[in-house]
Amino acid sequence: MLWIAIRMLTGDRTKFFGLLFGIGFSTLLITQQLTIFVNLIQRGASGVYNVAEAQVWVMDPVSRTTDVSYAMPSTALERVRGVPGVEWAVPHIRAQASVRTETGDLEGVAIIGVDDATLIGLPRRMLEGSQEVLAQPDSVIIDDVGTTNMFPELDSPLGQTLELNDQRAVIRGMADAVPSFTSTVVLYTRYSQALRYVPGTRNRLSFVLVGAADGVSPEALAARISEQTGLRARTRDDFAQDGVDFIIENTGIPFNFGITVFLGFVVGVAIVGLTFSLFIRDNIKQFGALKAIGVTNRKLIGMVAAQAGMVGAIGYAIGLVGTALFIHGFSSNPTFKGFYLPWQIPLFSLVGVALILALTGWAAMRSVLKAEPAAVFR
Amino acid sequence: MDTSVIGGCSPEAAICTRGVTRDFPAGQSTITVLHGIDLDIRAGEMTYLVGESGSGKTTLISIMCGILWPTEGQVRVFGTDIYALTDTELVEFRLANIGFIFQQYNLIPSIDAAANAAVPLIARGMPVHEARERAIEMLAKLNIADQAAKLPRQLSGGQQQRVAIARALVHAPRLVVCDEPTAALDARSGRRVMDLLREVAVADDRSVIIVTHDNRIFDLADRILVLEDGRITHDGKTMPEDH
Repeated sequence: MLWIAIRMLTGDRTKFFGLLFGIGFSTLLITQQLTIFVNLIQRGASGVYNVAEAQVWVMDPVSRTTDVSYAMPSTALERVRGVPGVEWAVPHIRAQASVRTETGDLEGVAIIGVDDATLIGLPRRMLEGSQEVLAQPDSVIIDDVGTTNMFPELDSPLGQTLELNDQRAVIRGMADAVPSFTSTVVLYTRYSQALRYVPGTRNRLSFVLVGAADGVSPEALAARISEQTGLRARTRDDFAQDGVDFIIENTGIPFNFGITVFLGFVVGVAIVGLTFSLFIRDNIKQFGALKAIGVTNRKLIGMVAAQAGMVGAIGYAIGLVGTALFIHGFSSNPTFKGFYLPWQIPLFSLVGVALILALTGWAAMRSVLKAEPAAVFR
Repeated sequence: MDTSVIGGCSPEAAICTRGVTRDFPAGQSTITVLHGIDLDIRAGEMTYLVGESGSGKTTLISIMCGILWPTEGQVRVFGTDIYALTDTELVEFRLANIGFIFQQYNLIPSIDAAANAAVPLIARGMPVHEARERAIEMLAKLNIADQAAKLPRQLSGGQQQRVAIARALVHAPRLVVCDEPTAALDARSGRRVMDLLREVAVADDRSVIIVTHDNRIFDLADRILVLEDGRITHDGKTMPEDH
C-alpha cells in the first residue's frame, strides 16, 4: 500500500511540488537563519579565536569580553608572571581609534598591540607579508575583512599609509583573521607602537595573555591566577563563550532571529498543512473506497505517514542543499567569511520539519480515519 | 468464525439478515430507515435491490457488506456473523470476501488501470508486480488489457467501469456488491457490463447484489427485491406490475 500511497501523492504534481516547496522553504529558512545566527554570535569570540597561543586571558575584574575591557596597570603583567604554573605571559592591548586614509576618509578601527618580542597576539596566518614586518618602524598589519572595507578598490593594501592620532602608520601585511561581530577594521601592531597610537591614559594594558607550563591545566592555572592576583582569569574556551554570551545578552539578535525561525516553522505548517489537507480532501473518496474494500486503519495511517515522510525527506534535502549553496555562494563575501554549518543546525531543522509533518500529518490522518466507508455508496 | 445455523438462516445463503433495523439521528429525534429486514440472498444468483431514493437500499447494502453497523439485528455473510467480528477482523473479512463496484468508480487517479485493479491484492500484501500481472489477466477477461497502462482520466466511462469491475473481482471474492453499475452507461454498454458480471462473478458459491434504478437491465436479474420505506415489499424474478 505504501507504493500506492507514494504514487497517489506524486501523481498529483501540483500538490506534490507544493508540499516540497513548503518543506524545502521552511527548512531553508530555519537552517539558513540559524546558521547566520550561530556564526554571527560566534564572532563575539573572534578576538579570542584569533590568538591561538593564549591558553588563559587575564584582565581587570570588570572586563567582560575582548571588546569590553577595562585597562589594568602595567604591573599586572609582572604579578601574573609571578604565579606558579605560568610558562609565559605577554601584554596585549586592544583599543579603538580613528584613522585617516591617504584619500582623506575617516574610519573607526580597532588597534591591537601584540607582544614586541614574541608577536603573540597576532593571527597565525598571513595573506600578504609576514609577521616580521612589525619590526619595521610604523608598521601595522591589517586584517583581510578590514582591507575589503577600507580599500575596496585596491588589489593589495600593502604600502598604504594611514594617520592614526597624528601618528604615521604604514600597512605592511595582511592577516587572515576571523572578523569581529561588527566587522570593524583591525590594525595589528607591536605593543610599544600601539601605546603611541592610542590616546594616553595612566593604565593601558587590556589583557595579559598566558601560556601554561607543562602539566598545568588552563582551568587550574586560571583559578590560581585569579586567587593570587585578584584579577579575572579565563581559559580560552571560557573567554570565547563570554564573548558569545555578551552578544546574546546585550543585543536583540537572538530574539529577531528567533522570530524568523519561528516564522519559517509557521510558513511550513501553513503551506504543508493547507496543501496536505487539500490533497486528502481531493482523495477522500479514494481513501473511503480503500476502507470499504478492506484496507485497515493501520495501513491507511502507514500510507499517510509514507506520504508525509517522503515529502519531508525530499523537502528537507532541498532546504539543506539550498542552505549549503547559500553558504558556498557567499563564502567570498567578507560579511560571511568563515561561515559554516554546525551539525546541530540540520538536526534542529530536522526536528522542526518532523514537527511540521507530525502536525499536518496528524490533521490529515484524522480526516482519513474519520472518512466513513459507507459514504462511498452515497 | 461462527458458522452455525441460527434464526432460520439457510446454510446455503450467501447473505442472511434477521431483524435488521437501522436508525439515524435527526436532531432531537431518530429516523428509522430500515425496519427489521429479514432476507436471504442465495449464492449463484444475481440479485437486484431496487427502490426509490430514500427507500433504504444504500443503508441495507452498506449493512450487508459490513461497512455500516445495524442498530439491531444480525447479518451473516457466508455463515459468518460479521458484526460479531472485531473491527480488524471485519475489515479483513471484507478484503477477503467482498468485492465493491461503486457508482462513481472511485479509482485512484494517479495510478494506472492495472494498479487500480490490483489494489485488493496489494492490500493483502501481494508484491506489486505480481498483483499487476493478476490484475492484467482480469482486465483481459473484461477485454481492456490493452488499456492497462493508462491512467483513469485517459479512459472512457465504460472503460473506467470495467477497471472498477476488475478491481472488485481480481481477488475472487464470494460476494460482489455493485452500486448503480450502469447508471453512467448507455443501454448497450450497460447490458454488456451486466453480462460480464454474470460471466465472471456469478457461480454456485458466489453471489452478486446490485443496487439499481436502471429498468433497462431488470430483465437480466435472477431475483429482484423492492425496498419501500425501509421494508421489502416485493421479492420475485421480475419487477411488480405497478413499478
